[in-house]
Amino acid sequence: MNYPLYIRSAPTENELKFHYMVHTSLDVVDEKISAMGKALVDQRELYLGLLYPTEDYKVYGYVTNSKVKFVMVVDSSNTALRDNEIRSMFRKLHNSYTDVMCNPFYNPGDRIQSRAFDSMVTSMMIQVC
Amino acid sequence: MADEALFLLLHNEMVSGLYKSAEQGEVENGRCITKLENMGFRVGQGLIERFTKDTARFKDELDIMKFICKDFWTTVFKKQIDNLRTNHQYLAFTCGLIRGGLSNLGIKSIVTAEVSSMPACKFQVMIQKL
Repeated sequence: MNYPLYIRSAPTENELKFHYMVHTSLDVVDEKISAMGKALVDQRELYLGLLYPTEDYKVYGYVTNSKVKFVMVVDSSNTALRDNEIRSMFRKLHNSYTDVMCNPFYNPGDRIQSRAFDSMVTSMMIQVC
Repeated sequence: MADEALFLLLHNEMVSGLYKSAEQGEVENGRCITKLENMGFRVGQGLIERFTKDTARFKDELDIMKFICKDFWTTVFKKQIDNLRTNHQYLAFTCGLIRGGLSNLGIKSIVTAEVSSMPACKFQVMIQKL
């Protein structure tokens, strides 16, 4: 069952479009993961790289060992954003998610309402935009 | 990691506190083991999240079990191995810990423990095949 534990977009108008994009990208994530399982090549990275490009956006993916999927949608016109920057953003997301999981007041599966998580995402989005 | 003594004291209190409230009728006696196991489960989930954050992606179930049996086990139990008790109440939390860890990696299991000859403790992990 796939539902977002957390979703955030900027600009906030047309939010539904981003929600839809993220939702459809989950299939691509599943394809990549199952392809890895069958391939003889060892894909040991949690970072999945570019999932697919659209005309206006690039979509990136990352899956943890606990099967939590992170999806990032970035404006195509942002050519300054390098692969290693995307990787480090996913690392930050993963680190913050781990902190949420270790919070005993957080119930796994609930929507994430942590202020620390929010401010980490905010600062990342500000840096990129 | 924090001093091992902190957890040992807390664990002691958890067990005795829970059983005290059972005596006073606040909690059914049989539920104490379950409560301890569930506490361990939740902690196991969090521990696994932290421990697998920087590891490579697990290819398959075998990869996961190798991780549990080597890395996870030694990190958790190398500290515990000198402090074994015979009472199941002290093992409930630990069984839950293992079950929570496996659960967060996508594996459903039942974990039980037995102490037949001290100081050895045998954990049995039964994995539910889908």
